[in-house]
Amino acid sequence: MTSAISVDRLEVIFDRFRALKGVSLDVQPGESFGLVGESGSGKSTLLRAIVGLAPVASGGIAVNGKTLGPRRDKAFYREVQMVFQDPYGSLHPRQTVDRLLQEPLAIHGFADSEKRIERALDEVGLGKGFRFRYAHQLSGGQRQRVAIARALILEPSILLLDEPTSALDASVQAEVLNLLEEVRRRRKLTFLMVSHDLAIITHMCERLMVMQNGGTVENLAASDLVERRVTKDYTRNLLRASDGFVRV
Amino acid sequence: MSALLDVEDLRVTFPTRVGLVEAVRGVSFSLGRERLGIVGESGSGKSQTGRAIMGLTPPQARISAKTLSFDGIDLLAASPRERRALRGNRIAMILQDPKYSLDPVMSIGRQIVETLRTHEKVSKAEARERALAMLEAVQIRDPKRVFDLHPHEVSGGMGQRAMIAMMLIAGPEMMIADEPTSALDVTVQLEVLGILDRLVSQRGMGLIFISHDLRLVSSFCDRVLVMYAGKVVEQLKASELSQAQHPYTRGLLNCMPRIDADRHPLPVLDRKPEWAA
Repeated sequence: MTSAISVDRLEVIFDRFRALKGVSLDVQPGESFGLVGESGSGKSTLLRAIVGLAPVASGGIAVNGKTLGPRRDKAFYREVQMVFQDPYGSLHPRQTVDRLLQEPLAIHGFADSEKRIERALDEVGLGKGFRFRYAHQLSGGQRQRVAIARALILEPSILLLDEPTSALDASVQAEVLNLLEEVRRRRKLTFLMVSHDLAIITHMCERLMVMQNGGTVENLAASDLVERRVTKDYTRNLLRASDGFVRV
Repeated sequence: MSALLDVEDLRVTFPTRVGLVEAVRGVSFSLGRERLGIVGESGSGKSQTGRAIMGLTPPQARISAKTLSFDGIDLLAASPRERRALRGNRIAMILQDPKYSLDPVMSIGRQIVETLRTHEKVSKAEARERALAMLEAVQIRDPKRVFDLHPHEVSGGMGQRAMIAMMLIAGPEMMIADEPTSALDVTVQLEVLGILDRLVSQRGMGLIFISHDLRLVSSFCDRVLVMYAGKVVEQLKASELSQAQHPYTRGLLNCMPRIDADRHPLPVLDRKPEWAA
């Protein structure tokens, strides 16, 4: 079976800073894969390199068996879409939700945009009433739903999620995570999800990779974390940190 | 034990185009030399409560309270000058993100020295010595080097330690920490909390810890106030969090994903209008 995403010894260099130092991973179709690490570990850079937003110095990326060149074509974005961390920064402030969702449809030449927009809004749990609102009229959770709708409207098979809930309140986070799980189940999507929160990754993903300083620390299954079967000190520290503060 | 801080029926009202908005609607509590957590989601009024005590509410807002007193001083009747003398000296506040709350064009050392010399008459040399000692107390390994660095040259964790050093140098009796670790990585978070914990208990300060993270707060504080829509909906001992009664508190506790619990879908909060009543 060809992998949905296959990354081979990927190096990303900004000026002279090596942000990714030869990272490899393999995500199977329909799988949900997590990337965990602290800020500066390169987890977001890996996602950005896949969609063509980071300068790849060497190494290879293949999506659905097809090796990617330096430029991404339209067909690529039909398959792969991304949801960004900050719902306040990723929606155009002067476009209505309708206009925002129209954009990808126009780029890819879809004729039945009317129906698709209605369906996309419905799918993320926003009614028709939200269609002609602006981003500033929406709450953080509603904005992130619009961002998810925009990613889903092209019916991609792979969704890259960069900390999709870290800017949201805990109760809203639960709603958005539930929504993501539901669309994944319904559409048999492949997820590659970045988070600094181990609990979210274990909840959402079957397998994960722990990253630090642009490199891989270890590859784990979610069940390994639940049973605390980790081999590296760094991961152990992350696990301990997610248990909360303990007075010494 | 006499209370350090007494708050009774605190209200903070903002005038807006659509009329008056009450951000804090009648909050009452008292604080001794203990750690009190205030938890709530965005818009619950937790930060405005902290800011009102500190005297940092924007000028257009109205504050009213039956009692708002710190160590017998009526904060609402105090002049701006008296408030300034308290701020940074006897009451200190740590803000969320060191990137935005430290002065970007001043070295870290000078900012700490400035705080100290505002409140105490000390020589420059002595102020420098005390600032270096304080940087060491917040476990900065090379205080002499960090003293001369600017905020953009240090990491978030280091910046937050520098802020703690700055806030503690005048020896305050009460500290308000508004999301002190939310902008930090989880591993760094615990280090910073550890430092805060040690210094607060060594110096016997009263601490108000404001956060959206109910579990973090309960692992750090003695007592927790849960706020919703500008009101305290529940007040409980941190150790008795699992016996929380209010559906909002229970909902907040339940909706977080946990490593050792496999729950799909996650329980979500069903907000009831009567909670805000």
